Amino acid sequence: MKPTPRIPDAVKSSPLAIQGLTVSYDRRPVVHSVDFVTPPGSMTAIVGPNGAGKSTLLKASLGITARLTGDVRVFGKPFEVMSRHVAYVPQRSSVDWDFPATVIDVVAMGLFRDQRWWQFNRGRDRRLAMHSLARVGMEAFADRQIGQLSGGQQQRVFLARALIQDAELTILDEPFAGVDAATESAIIEVLKELRDEGRTLLCVHHDLSTVHDYFDHVLLLNVRGIAAGAVDEVFTAANLQATYGGRLSEVQLARLVSPASKEAR
Amino acid sequence: MSDFMMFSLVPLAVAVIIGMTCALLGNFLVLRRQSLIGDAISHVALPGIVVSFLLTGALSSLAMMLGAGVSALVTVVLIELVRRFGRVESSAAMGVVFTSLFALGVLLLEWHGATGVHLDVEHALYGNLESLIWFEGTGLAALVDPQALAGLPPQLARAASVGLAVVVFLVMCRRQLILGSFDPDFAASVRARPALVDLLLVTMVAVAAIAAFEAVGSIIVIAMFICPAAAARLMTNRLATQIAWSLTFAAVSSVLGYVLAGYGPGWLGFNASVSAAGMIATLSGVILLLACLFGPERHRSGAAREA
Amino acid sequence: MDTWWRALTFTLGYNTSLVTLGAMLLAAGAGMIGTFVLLRKRALVSDAISHATLPGLTLAFIIIGLLQGDGRWLPGLLIGAALSAALGLWLVQVISARTRLGEDAAIGAVLSSFFAFGVVLITVIQSMNVTGQSGLTGYLVGATAGMLSSEAKLIALCSLGVLAAVFVMRREFLLVCFDADFARTQGINTWRVDLALLMLLMAVVVIGLKVTGLILIVALTIIPPVAARFWTDHPMAMVALAAFLGALSGYFGVTLSSVGEGLPTGPLIVLAAFVLFLGSFLFSPRRGVLASLLAHQRFRRRVHLRQGLLSLSRDEPIFDGLTLTLLKRAGYIRRDGVATAAGQAAARDAEHEERLWALYRERYPDDALHREHAGLTPIAQVLSPDAVMTLETQLLLRTEARP
Repeated sequence: MKPTPRIPDAVKSSPLAIQGLTVSYDRRPVVHSVDFVTPPGSMTAIVGPNGAGKSTLLKASLGITARLTGDVRVFGKPFEVMSRHVAYVPQRSSVDWDFPATVIDVVAMGLFRDQRWWQFNRGRDRRLAMHSLARVGMEAFADRQIGQLSGGQQQRVFLARALIQDAELTILDEPFAGVDAATESAIIEVLKELRDEGRTLLCVHHDLSTVHDYFDHVLLLNVRGIAAGAVDEVFTAANLQATYGGRLSEVQLARLVSPASKEAR
Repeated sequence: MSDFMMFSLVPLAVAVIIGMTCALLGNFLVLRRQSLIGDAISHVALPGIVVSFLLTGALSSLAMMLGAGVSALVTVVLIELVRRFGRVESSAAMGVVFTSLFALGVLLLEWHGATGVHLDVEHALYGNLESLIWFEGTGLAALVDPQALAGLPPQLARAASVGLAVVVFLVMCRRQLILGSFDPDFAASVRARPALVDLLLVTMVAVAAIAAFEAVGSIIVIAMFICPAAAARLMTNRLATQIAWSLTFAAVSSVLGYVLAGYGPGWLGFNASVSAAGMIATLSGVILLLACLFGPERHRSGAAREA
Repeated sequence: MDTWWRALTFTLGYNTSLVTLGAMLLAAGAGMIGTFVLLRKRALVSDAISHATLPGLTLAFIIIGLLQGDGRWLPGLLIGAALSAALGLWLVQVISARTRLGEDAAIGAVLSSFFAFGVVLITVIQSMNVTGQSGLTGYLVGATAGMLSSEAKLIALCSLGVLAAVFVMRREFLLVCFDADFARTQGINTWRVDLALLMLLMAVVVIGLKVTGLILIVALTIIPPVAARFWTDHPMAMVALAAFLGALSGYFGVTLSSVGEGLPTGPLIVLAAFVLFLGSFLFSPRRGVLASLLAHQRFRRRVHLRQGLLSLSRDEPIFDGLTLTLLKRAGYIRRDGVATAAGQAAARDAEHEERLWALYRERYPDDALHREHAGLTPIAQVLSPDAVMTLETQLLLRTEARP
């Protein structure tokens, strides 16, 4: 007889609940026994030093990288059957930008699940893609080859591809890496709009100084989950110290955790 | 005219069909930076054919195709095993596997070479386009005469059906292929099965290589997988246009190469002809060279260079 | 068997011994230079080089044949081969550097079109009145059977030259292969070192044409280095080992081929190399497949068991089939998934370990970052008994302090 485990309510309502996730390369765990329940409607940052397994955690959750152990659920059901509800924005550098495709081609890739093999891109698809591009302010570039865009523009195109998926949860891997300030604020505006629509966002983030401004929840990760919760409660000097070790100085820590000191800067 | 129908029509048609089929698949190999998979697979057709000959004791086409197909799949699996479990870089893994299998093929061939069968290394490498003679093709009327058509060399029908299979595969899997080539992580996240599509692509490459191998030899196969598609990439930044260019290049080099090989030496005053397969492949290389020099999109795009 | 033994002990005649030595030297040189090329992640460049020799080889054959009626003159053929290989190599470099095509496409395009042109020239030769044509096919798959002792000497001498050159250049090669950017800051002209590397590779390939044939010479520059990689992480040891494995394959290959009439040398050398590779691949205790598969399985079970116990102690549902199986097999849960007494105890221990580790990371974050992250090793094996005792006390105090 196979035991039927009961699923906690928090997991049932969460767009991404991870339990006991371990990923290893060559017997060296890069993510070890991480538990994390994404609060619905939240904007959560995943924060940790280089090599802390932030991207790997996301990739393993999405079934891109194989996991050793672990259970990943979307609204209480296994991820494999619920993947439609999740949009993923990979790191910009993971892609061959020399590929012969135009901006609108890339955005239309987000419609992959809705297109059957005998259908060609329809007028409706193009309209949807243009609408997404407009949301990120890139509609003027629709017919450009993707290799001709700047880094920030490429990132916006990636975001537009996620928008067109119309998913409950959007997972972003370092969306602000190597982008200009204008793009960063444009992206954060769009992300906040999404949250205001009641959607959930989960974002690998490396700029500790903006965690307070951009996010309401945070997961501190260094191979293991160090702490998770609301930014005000969890983003503390002690937790950051435990995550980064001696890599952060006392002064840095003090600045990061007390938002008041930001004006003084 | 009847000379042309009898001696040239079929080789020409086979060369064009095979060239275009390989070029189609080649577009994706080049875009995925997997061009050399085509190289590896066409080399291992030899051991496959030799083994199937040793097992069946005859040179039946079906058995040879099966043998070559099996050896192609074995190669792909072995490369993947060596790469993953040995943590060997993929081009090195390829180099280990295909050279060893080729060596095995040559060894077996030479070992049993004394049996006097018409099967030798050169044939495997250069193919024999010129031998595809349509004896019944005595005039234009033969094109509508069912009896004459039945006498067509079977390689033509095989090439055509493989070409058709490749087209069907590409049309059905085009989204998965594009997605998996451009952004494999995203492809996996939307369950586009990039790994499966990868395997299917390699299988189609193997099928095309085998059909081509029998008629034109493995050199032309490698050239047709890589040169037309690579040249086409330098002409445009649109995938659809790129594919159209690659088909054009493949067709042009097939026709021109065949004609040059057959009549070129005659024009120069020699009473001989040179290898058609070799000439076709050489021309495809020349086209690529021209594209490298003059192709409008030959340079990497700006942002890609920064990265 | 007797013939083979005599070949192995170099008592099968002067010529055979000479050829054997030549092939061993050649394969050793190929292994050495191949190691650097492999570390530079350009293993298949040699494939382009070797195929690109054919047009030069055939052109040289035609020219020599027109001059003296017989095209077989090894030095001349090798020079022709080297010239066209250099052209092919240059094209690979230019195409991959100047256009948007990758090196893979450049290699594939050069090897196939050069080889094809060579084939065209071969058919030209066939229509010419030049003797020694059948000798040409020997360059495709190799033929040492009818090798002249002067040819064998030439091959052996050239191989010695390559070995010496690699030995002299080894430091520069290593630096550039390991970290080209760093090498540049050290005042090394990486472009020139790369060129020297590729030139030596080309030399090996050209010299080897007669021995293994142009399609198989690639194997000698790839297989021994890859096999050597399984045994060592030190680059210089890898170079030496690759040379040794290469020489060994040459030794076995040539001697085996002298056993039977018409046994081709090239394929036998390559297959000998492959056998050595296969042995390393399967049985190397460090990186071999069997060893790492076993270790991975053990590791996987440990992680699953640990995760299962933690889930038990936290009263979380377990979905994973393997975790459940392992827990059941260890007697930690009953068939219906309820924890047994032993399971509860083990779960408590696991949880306790986990708390100790967490406390350790909290108290000594800097030390913890330098430790193994797994936490699968019992803490008592990692830290001194005193340190564990301190942690235990602190943990106790903390739990009591909590309401």
